[in-house]
Amino acid sequence: MSAEQGREQRTIRCLVAKVGLDGHDRGAHVIARAFRDAGFEVIYSGLHKSPDEIVQAAVQEDVDVLGISILSGAHNTLVPKIIEGLEEYNALSDTLVILGGIVPEDDRPELREMGVAEIFGPGASMEETTQFVRENAPER
Amino acid sequence: MSLVSDLLAGDHRALARTITNIENRTAGYRELVSELHEHTGTADVIGVTGSPGAGKSTLVDKLTRQYRDDDLTVGVLAIDPSSPFTGGSVLGDRIRMGSTTGDMDVFVRSMSARGRLGGLSTATADAVKALDAFGKDKIIIETVGAGQNEIDIVKTADTVAVLVPPGTGDDIQMLKAGIFEIGDVFVVNKADLSGADRIVKELREMIRTREDYTPERNGTTGIDRSIDRTATEWEPQVVETVASAGEGVGELVSVLQEHADYLADSGKRTERARRRYAEEITTHLREDLHRLTAREIDAQGGLDDLAAAVTRRETDPYTIVDELLAPIEECVEQRAERERAENEP
Repeated sequence: MSAEQGREQRTIRCLVAKVGLDGHDRGAHVIARAFRDAGFEVIYSGLHKSPDEIVQAAVQEDVDVLGISILSGAHNTLVPKIIEGLEEYNALSDTLVILGGIVPEDDRPELREMGVAEIFGPGASMEETTQFVRENAPER
Repeated sequence: MSLVSDLLAGDHRALARTITNIENRTAGYRELVSELHEHTGTADVIGVTGSPGAGKSTLVDKLTRQYRDDDLTVGVLAIDPSSPFTGGSVLGDRIRMGSTTGDMDVFVRSMSARGRLGGLSTATADAVKALDAFGKDKIIIETVGAGQNEIDIVKTADTVAVLVPPGTGDDIQMLKAGIFEIGDVFVVNKADLSGADRIVKELREMIRTREDYTPERNGTTGIDRSIDRTATEWEPQVVETVASAGEGVGELVSVLQEHADYLADSGKRTERARRRYAEEITTHLREDLHRLTAREIDAQGGLDDLAAAVTRRETDPYTIVDELLAPIEECVEQRAERERAENEP
C-alpha cells in the first residue's frame, strides 16, 4: 500500500540567484515569474549575494535547479565558487545548474566542464528555458 | 535508514532532503518521520503570523539574529501561498532574512501550499519534527494569517505571535476572523507609524474583553477571578516593535521566553502537545481512510458512475456510503467480537 500512501506531489524547485555586485535584476525577475507560471516553486535570492549565501540557500532549500543570473562579467570568478560550494555539500550531482546573462562564447566551454548544464544569453526565450528545466531537472 | 542517521548527525543536506521528501510525499517519508519522532520534543516552536506586508519576514530575521547572538540554533519555515492556477509560486521570504545568511546554524526553508488543502499543515508539522530532531533550539514558522489553513499551521507552534501593523483599519477586523483567539503575543510592528498607539490600546481592550468570556471564570467573583487568572492563565501580551530597525526585538524575545516558561511551569506545554498529537492522529486517520475509500470507489467503477446511479434514482448517497464502508465496518465488528470472546473466561 505504500505506493498509494506516497501519492507523490513532486514540484520542481528552483533558486534564481543574483550573485556579486551586479545589480541588474530585471532578467532574474522575469525568469522567476516565467518559472512560477510554468508551475515551479521559485525561491529568489535577492540582489548582491555572495557565493556562500547562494550555496547555503541551494542546500537548505534542496532545489532541483539553480539558475544564476550574472550580467557583470564576473562569471569566471563567481560561478566556480558556487560550484565548489555545492560540491562541498555533495549537492552538485543532483542540482541542475544553469546560467543566464552575458557570457562570452570563449568562456562557455570551461563553465560547462565545471558543471554548468546550460547557458542562456540574450535572446533566449522563456519557453526554451522552462522546457530545458523540465527536461533536465534531476531525477531524485 | 541512512537519511535519518545523517540528519541526526547534523548533516544539513540530509535535513534538506528529509523536508523535500516530506513535501513531495516521496515513498517512505512516513517511515522517515516515524523514525524522527522519538528524537523530537526539545525545540521551542514559535509561530509568526499576520497579514501580508505586516513585516513578518523582517521580524523573523531580527528574531533569528537575536537568538543567534544568544548562541541558540534556529530553524525557520517560511510558508507562502501558491498560485491555485499553475501551482507555481515565488517564495520571497528569504530575501528579507539577510542578517543571518552565511550562518549555517540558521536553517531557512521556504514552503508553498502546492494547492493541497489542509495537507500543508501536515507537511509543516512533519518539517518541524525534522528540524526538532536535527537539534534546533528554536523553530519559527512564518505564515500569512488568513484562513483556516494558516490557523492550522500556526497551531503547530507552542507560542503564537500575531503581527498587527498600524495604518489600516482592517487589521483589527482580521483579528476577529479567528486569529485573535490563537495569539499568545500580539506584536504591533511598524510601531513608529502613526496610529500605533491606538492599535495597542484596541488590542489591550480586546484582550480584556476576551477574558470576560473565558469559560473558567463563570461563577466566581470578580476579585477571585483576577487572582485566578494571574495564577493559571496566560494573558496575551502586546509588544511594540520596529522590526526594520530592530527596535523592541529584545523585549519580544523575553516575552516569548516568558510564554515558554509559563507553558513549562503550568504543564500547558505537555497539554498542548497532547492535544496537537491527538489532532495529528485524527488528521492522518482521516487522510488514510479517505485514501482507502477512494480505492474502494475506484474498484466500484469510480465516483462518476456512482453519482450517475444516484442521478438515475437507482440508489442514494447514504446507501452508497453504507455499501462502501460495509467491509470496514465488518472488520471492526469482527475484531470487537473476537476481543469480547477472548476476554470472556
